[in-house]
Amino acid sequence: MAMPVKVHGPPFSTAVSRVLACLLEKDVQFELVNVNMAKGQHKSPDFLKMQPFGQVPAFQDGSISLFESRAICRYISEKYADQGNRNLYGNNNNPSQKAFIDQWLEAEGQSFNPATSILVFQLVFGPRMKAKQDEGAIKQNKAKLAKVLDVYDKRLANSKYLAGEEFSLADLSHLPTASYLVAGTDVKELFMERENVSRWWGEISHRESWKKVVHMQKSPPPKN
Amino acid sequence: MVVKVFGALKSVCSQRVLACLIELGEDFEVINVDLDSDEHKQPHFLLRQPFGQVPAIEDGDFKLFESRAIIRYLATKHQERGAKLLGTTVEERALVDQWLEVEAHNFNDCVFNLALQLMILPRILGKGHQTDLAIVRTYDAKLDKVLDVYDRHLSKNRYLAGGSFTLADLSHLPATMALVEDLGRAHFITGRKNLNAWWQDISSRPAWKRVVQCSQLAS
Repeated sequence: MAMPVKVHGPPFSTAVSRVLACLLEKDVQFELVNVNMAKGQHKSPDFLKMQPFGQVPAFQDGSISLFESRAICRYISEKYADQGNRNLYGNNNNPSQKAFIDQWLEAEGQSFNPATSILVFQLVFGPRMKAKQDEGAIKQNKAKLAKVLDVYDKRLANSKYLAGEEFSLADLSHLPTASYLVAGTDVKELFMERENVSRWWGEISHRESWKKVVHMQKSPPPKN
Repeated sequence: MVVKVFGALKSVCSQRVLACLIELGEDFEVINVDLDSDEHKQPHFLLRQPFGQVPAIEDGDFKLFESRAIIRYLATKHQERGAKLLGTTVEERALVDQWLEVEAHNFNDCVFNLALQLMILPRILGKGHQTDLAIVRTYDAKLDKVLDVYDRHLSKNRYLAGGSFTLADLSHLPATMALVEDLGRAHFITGRKNLNAWWQDISSRPAWKRVVQCSQLAS
């Protein structure tokens, strides 16, 4: 049996949870190695050998070492194409479909994530660390997110999922930040008041793979 | 039928796509989108790119936006030349994707925010506007740290994803040029030995020189 792949990072991290969701969708065995960010473990020399920017996650599959959660997700989907959800990243016989998934993955990374990651910090992680909230940043990024969700709502009026009629990496990539915002902040309203976005969110957030990730986020970290 | 690129020759993201098309030897046509008159925010353009950004492409009936999705699509389409730009194995491809993501999230974030403070906002807001130097210092400091990582990486690797030029290097061309030529920050590159060697190499590729030539003609 193949060695399980390794994911280094805490499951509460949005980028780590993106990779966990992908591994679960693809039925790929993995070992989660916790990284204690409060103690600065992600800036330790050992960790920097795996991820030189000092960010989580880092990922290993045998001799290959990778970072950047969206790159890791693409790799897992290609390498383990025949396992689990086979169409998560389209299939290589349909380049247009794959390109659509990339298009919406990029939209997530370039338009959705910049606003949501600031809101997650300001409204979820910051308060936990007793950081002072920046009201201006919150207002500005809610407005940005509202515009992005308007685009999504129009798209999802004509399409079950972002890249077409099947759940893909493009939808998955939104789960980590959106989940924190919908579960625990008033940003939830921005999702719920848009009919198609609300429908789409209901479907993707109830997938078994994501429910398992949320459970991991709420459980105590594994002992290394 | 040639690939149509709806974009602006001076736009970083449009230049990314043009560089890729020229590297692949694919014929194309540029349909100019007049950013100065906000054409990219007009209803007819929003049908093509709903976020109101350039570029977007049409390849026959197939339409796509997001420059980094477009370059992946184009490289996949061209089996031979494209394979060199994307990597031939799953593992090689993963390293290209990794550095494409680093460019999108670590590098571009800094350069874009510097351009916003130093070029875009002054142009939009006019004479009375005071540049927020604290923000500029923050992004300069971030970029310094990011480029230190690049420099160490390039001391062991000729190109970002290994021994060959790939989409990962290509994707950096437009914003690095902006950093050097428009933002007065050439020293960020020239002051780092390995980073500078890499920049001299990739920016002297004929395909990139052609993009620069076209964008200068357009001004």
